[in-house]
Amino acid sequence: MFSYIVQRLLATIPVMGVVALVVFSLLYFSPGDPATIIAGDMASEEDVREIREQMGLDQPYFVRFGTWIGGVLQGDLGTSIFTNRPVADLIMQRLEPTVALTVSTMIVAVALAVPLGIIAAWKAGTAIDRIVMGFAVLGFSVPVFVIAYTLILIFSVWLEVLPVQGYVSITEGFLPFVQHLILPSLALGAVFAALIARITRASMLEVLSQDYVRTAKSKGLNQKEVLLRHALKNAAVPIVTIIGIGVALLIGGVVITETVFAIPGLGRLTVDAILRRDYPIIQGVILLFSFVYVFINLLVDVSYCFFDPRIRY
Amino acid sequence: MTGIHYSKAINKDRRTFLKGASGLAGAAFLSSLGWSVTRAEAAEGVLRVVPQADLRTLDPVFTTAQITANHAHMIYDMLFAMNDELEPQPQMIGDYSVSDDGLTYQFTLRDGLKFHDGSDVTAQDCVASIKRWSQTRTEGGLMMERADSLEADDEKSFTLQLSEPFGMVLLALANPVLPCVIMREEDAQKAASEQVETTVGSGPFIFVDDEWDPGHKVVYRRNPDYVPREEPANGLAGGKVVNVERVEWLYIPDSGTAVQALQAGEVDMLEFPSHDKLPALDSDPNIAVKVIDPVGYQGMLRMNTLIHPFDHPKARQALLYLVQTQQQDYLSAMIGAPDYERVCLSPFICGSPSESEAGLEQFEGDEDPFEVARKLFEEAGYDGRPVVFMDPTDQNLMHLMSLVAADHLRRAGVEVELQAQDWSTLTSRRPIKEGPEEDRGGWHIFPTWWPGFTMQNPITNVPLDTSCDGDNWYGWPCDEQLEELRVTYANAQGDEERQEIMDGLQTRFFESVPYVHVGQFFRPVAYVEDRVSGVVGQQSPAFWNIEKS
Repeated sequence: MFSYIVQRLLATIPVMGVVALVVFSLLYFSPGDPATIIAGDMASEEDVREIREQMGLDQPYFVRFGTWIGGVLQGDLGTSIFTNRPVADLIMQRLEPTVALTVSTMIVAVALAVPLGIIAAWKAGTAIDRIVMGFAVLGFSVPVFVIAYTLILIFSVWLEVLPVQGYVSITEGFLPFVQHLILPSLALGAVFAALIARITRASMLEVLSQDYVRTAKSKGLNQKEVLLRHALKNAAVPIVTIIGIGVALLIGGVVITETVFAIPGLGRLTVDAILRRDYPIIQGVILLFSFVYVFINLLVDVSYCFFDPRIRY
Repeated sequence: MTGIHYSKAINKDRRTFLKGASGLAGAAFLSSLGWSVTRAEAAEGVLRVVPQADLRTLDPVFTTAQITANHAHMIYDMLFAMNDELEPQPQMIGDYSVSDDGLTYQFTLRDGLKFHDGSDVTAQDCVASIKRWSQTRTEGGLMMERADSLEADDEKSFTLQLSEPFGMVLLALANPVLPCVIMREEDAQKAASEQVETTVGSGPFIFVDDEWDPGHKVVYRRNPDYVPREEPANGLAGGKVVNVERVEWLYIPDSGTAVQALQAGEVDMLEFPSHDKLPALDSDPNIAVKVIDPVGYQGMLRMNTLIHPFDHPKARQALLYLVQTQQQDYLSAMIGAPDYERVCLSPFICGSPSESEAGLEQFEGDEDPFEVARKLFEEAGYDGRPVVFMDPTDQNLMHLMSLVAADHLRRAGVEVELQAQDWSTLTSRRPIKEGPEEDRGGWHIFPTWWPGFTMQNPITNVPLDTSCDGDNWYGWPCDEQLEELRVTYANAQGDEERQEIMDGLQTRFFESVPYVHVGQFFRPVAYVEDRVSGVVGQQSPAFWNIEKS
């Protein structure tokens, strides 16, 4: 197992290299010029040209790539073109809100979805099953921003019980921290809760029809033990897989959620950087996201061993 | 009961119901956990503002971005500042004199001016700052072209000696959009193309660097050593008396969330609420909506005058005619709020000192505008090739302007290829001079908008530059006669002479058409009425003079 994990971690190095090359090339060849945005609309072409030269944006592809990758290999992700601040500092500044939002969203999604999926499978074909699956379809179909605005309208504007926007660090108090995360987590968690609930239901249904479950029931085990001890553990592999994919997909979802709720996280940092072509930030954040993707996939693969002892690496 | 009252009553009932029903499940539960209602308490001495944009660059000479100019007004001070009547008034200057021949300007700084690092503001700082600013600002460049010398006489006085009269010296130094702010000499000695990385000014606020979170928050604290003028605040002029301890700019990118945050009291002010949200704010009794900018903004369509068909003035006149005769269509699409839009046929801004009536009668006939435009395009030799219209879909006002203009052009018989893209892509394609057939990035038209203050003055009006060297602003119109008139304006002495030049400029503008102006619109500021008072400003609100209760 240990050597497998080491092998997988080593395998991330070429993956990250390919990611770095592809991201840099895509940005280099896509249209957009940060110098024109920095200079502003009233600047002359001459002003823009001077800024471009001063920032090295007029350098050829290989020179720029070499400079950037050289810095990355030494742990330096570069400096934001606009704010002149180190990209690593900007990422660190934005990491906490995104991690908090992602974790709270997954907690909300898993805490809602797994029990609902189990109940729906247990009561398959009944009204309860249809209601749960109806909510799942709704959560899956309604866009995140619609859910977000609806939640803001109800809980912030009408009931005035939760804040409209913003983020408060956990270091400034646990309650305000939680208060500011409830609506974003619900908005973002709805789609994942729906996804996980459906997968849980389908996996459970498949397992519940197996002979060993029938045997467990005929041995006189109670329903709870059959569902949680025998069925759920055997249905866990696809559920864990979808949760792993869900964490990766969340990175896309946080962009919208962070924008609507004005949370200063990595999603917003990325979108802002893309819109103004702040290349070092885009490159740095995508490298980080790629590493997170790879790492989560590794965690999911390792977790299979726990749920299914037949799997060995 | 009127419809509005009826609808409000229903809303009230619905809210009551929801508060009563859902509140049992939600609010009561949350309250039981000890969470009070989150309507934000008005933080003592802290003014929370949603700015118009995210502050990215801190040096107001390095960039022309308006948010950076607003930042500059916070931390730096200016020699002169503009009042509500767009008249330059002394700000850092205590006394000044102009010689009878208009060639010698002597300035003396007022007492008590200090930078945030504690050092005195000196005449040397002012000279260095003016010289750096003039490197990238048209009016500054023209002023310095005419300057024999600009030198410090002593620690507090300096003299500008001109070789020929330049009637815009004070106006240029008071420009609020591209401000000539006073930096320390060591900062101002940096080239204008390099960013000044320090934020040491002598203005009424101090930038809190370690709380700056780009894309989210900018914090300023009151400068305790700032000595304001004694006159009352007026526009950006007068006494900059700061009544709050901190100003926080909280950037909320989503306009709907920003409005809800204001209504919930989480922020005190929105610098520019989007126009589609204004009806909701206007009808909220707790929110005040106020226009502080007397001249607003102007929409604009810029054509590539180097390529067919807009290399021919008749084609440009056709587009001008289409837009001017149907300006209201554009404003209705872009703004859709009669209180905040104005049909203005003069390209030099209605309500400004430069507004002119010359030549406007040509747009007042009752001919079919599409037929008139069609004939003009024919006279221009338009051959039916597609006109590439760059449409920045991430910029709502410009996108809507593009849609209306494309429709009008099509109805006038022009084949339009509307190319959707983001603003970044547009700005990178804008410098391409070749047509779409020679270069795939080539273009014919793009939309934009400008502050009215900039457009009303022919010298600061960047797209009015029609010098034929090919280095003028994108679109590169060439008209020596128009350019001569524009430069003459800089030499004019007195309002009468200026107005005469403006009439001539406007007449020639309609013949040459370097760009097409698309109405005038205003962006009001919105704030919590019972919490905020004393809002002044010009292009944007200033944050001195404001009292927060």
